[in-house]
Amino acid sequence: MDEHSTPFSSRPPTIEDEWSQTPLVPAATVAGRALAIVIAIMTFLAALTAGFAFVLADASREWRGAVGVEMTIQVTPRAARDIDADSAKAASIAAGFPGVAEARAFTRQESEELLAPWLGAGLDLSQLPTPRMIVVRRDPQKKLDEIGLRAALDAAVPNASLDDHGAWMQRLDTMAQVVVGAAVAIFVLVMIAMALAVGFATRGAMAGNREIIEALHFVGAADSFIARQFQFHFLRLGLRGGAAGGGAALLLFLLLGFLSRQWTTSAGGEQAEALFGSFSLGWGGIVAIAAISVTVALIAGLMSRIIVFRALGEFYDVKD
Amino acid sequence: MIRFENVGLRYGMGDEILRDITFDIAPQTFQFLTGPSGAGKTTLLRLILLALPPTRGLITLFGKDSAELDKPGLTALRRKVGVVFQDFRLLDHLTTYQNVALPLRVQERDEASYRSEVRELLGWVGLGERMHVYPPVLSGGEKQRAAIARALIMRPQLLLADEPTGNVDPPLARRLMRLFLELHKSGTSVVIATHDLALMDQFDGARRLVLGDGRLHIYD
Repeated sequence: MDEHSTPFSSRPPTIEDEWSQTPLVPAATVAGRALAIVIAIMTFLAALTAGFAFVLADASREWRGAVGVEMTIQVTPRAARDIDADSAKAASIAAGFPGVAEARAFTRQESEELLAPWLGAGLDLSQLPTPRMIVVRRDPQKKLDEIGLRAALDAAVPNASLDDHGAWMQRLDTMAQVVVGAAVAIFVLVMIAMALAVGFATRGAMAGNREIIEALHFVGAADSFIARQFQFHFLRLGLRGGAAGGGAALLLFLLLGFLSRQWTTSAGGEQAEALFGSFSLGWGGIVAIAAISVTVALIAGLMSRIIVFRALGEFYDVKD
Repeated sequence: MIRFENVGLRYGMGDEILRDITFDIAPQTFQFLTGPSGAGKTTLLRLILLALPPTRGLITLFGKDSAELDKPGLTALRRKVGVVFQDFRLLDHLTTYQNVALPLRVQERDEASYRSEVRELLGWVGLGERMHVYPPVLSGGEKQRAAIARALIMRPQLLLADEPTGNVDPPLARRLMRLFLELHKSGTSVVIATHDLALMDQFDGARRLVLGDGRLHIYD
């Protein structure tokens, strides 16, 4: 080897192009690749959780929108009452009520079709005391006086009851809140695990570079300067891992969205779409995953800074 | 400049390895710190640098009680002291130029403001042609000179050198000593830790701080 060449690069470095970029803590001494993979996996899991929370929250909003626009009047059969006449009367009262766009009584055939999955096809309902359904569609432009409608129905058709799906809506709302809460909890746990992993890696890197840290101290480096040298490494690792994990999660959602669109042509697919939505993340979800990736990098950098400051405090018995 | 009063040091629950150390280092003075191997010369230098806290006694550095120093104060103090370590403590992944410029970089000064100064100093210590070389390919003497240049680049008020001639041949040792004397004449206080009696005899007028049995004896 030429004595002027270096063992670390293929060409002799010049002062101008090397010095300002040369890290004072060698990159090879930081457990880089393994930590970047850990950060990528953590980011992937956090982004996946957030993405599914977004999909489910969107689906829940759609369900609530669809269910909330409709109400049902159920007319139960009673002795000495003509259920067909009661059903027509209830539909007529509802249809004429302010705030109602449409009220349509199910025919006997439609009622039979509704019950067919449970009772079998070809059933003669005239032999059974089955209730009749009236679907009431709200007019979204006008306010509906539900109490007034209920009272009017009670007065005219005592065997009719109005169901505004409030219990359903409440359950859906609670479920959506539970899902979002669980997603936030998982996200926080994943972030804590990642911060701990970065903390361990920082401590390892500091132990491996103790002589460099001592030399930096003795030439007059402030703790904040030394901390920045480590922070730089871990921020870069965080950005790399975060981008990989977040990117993988976005790709997965794109793939699921594509597959779900293909699948909706089948009967099972329609049911799945009705339940979970279209697996389309939307801009909100995409921004959330990008924000998670950046947050992961920032947490990695910040955590390493905190650990370095704490460890430097343990190096020497000097007041902070 | 530096004052030690009844300073003692022990590791853990063991015996004191330095006892009742009392001395001062005045500005613009030149002194040798000597004693047999293992007498505690390096430990005493580390105490002066506050790399070790004393077990007892009072250390005053540049007019400040070491026990009262906070971290920014300690950093400011170290910027007034140049150190040449026995094992050089050069960073192997930085070139000779980068190692020598390190004390300026850690102060976040613009490189253009000190580039010519570092090159000039490297030329002065005979490493002008070796500034792009990494420490692993430098000889012992070259590493020594690089470490000295790094200690001098900040024009310290106090220079501590631990066996600075231990790894070089006698002609180079004399050259390095002349370099320290020049520095001393320019106003820096110099403390050179060595057990080389022949070297000290060449500078007969210098003050001697002699460590033995954990105690310090001063010969002005």
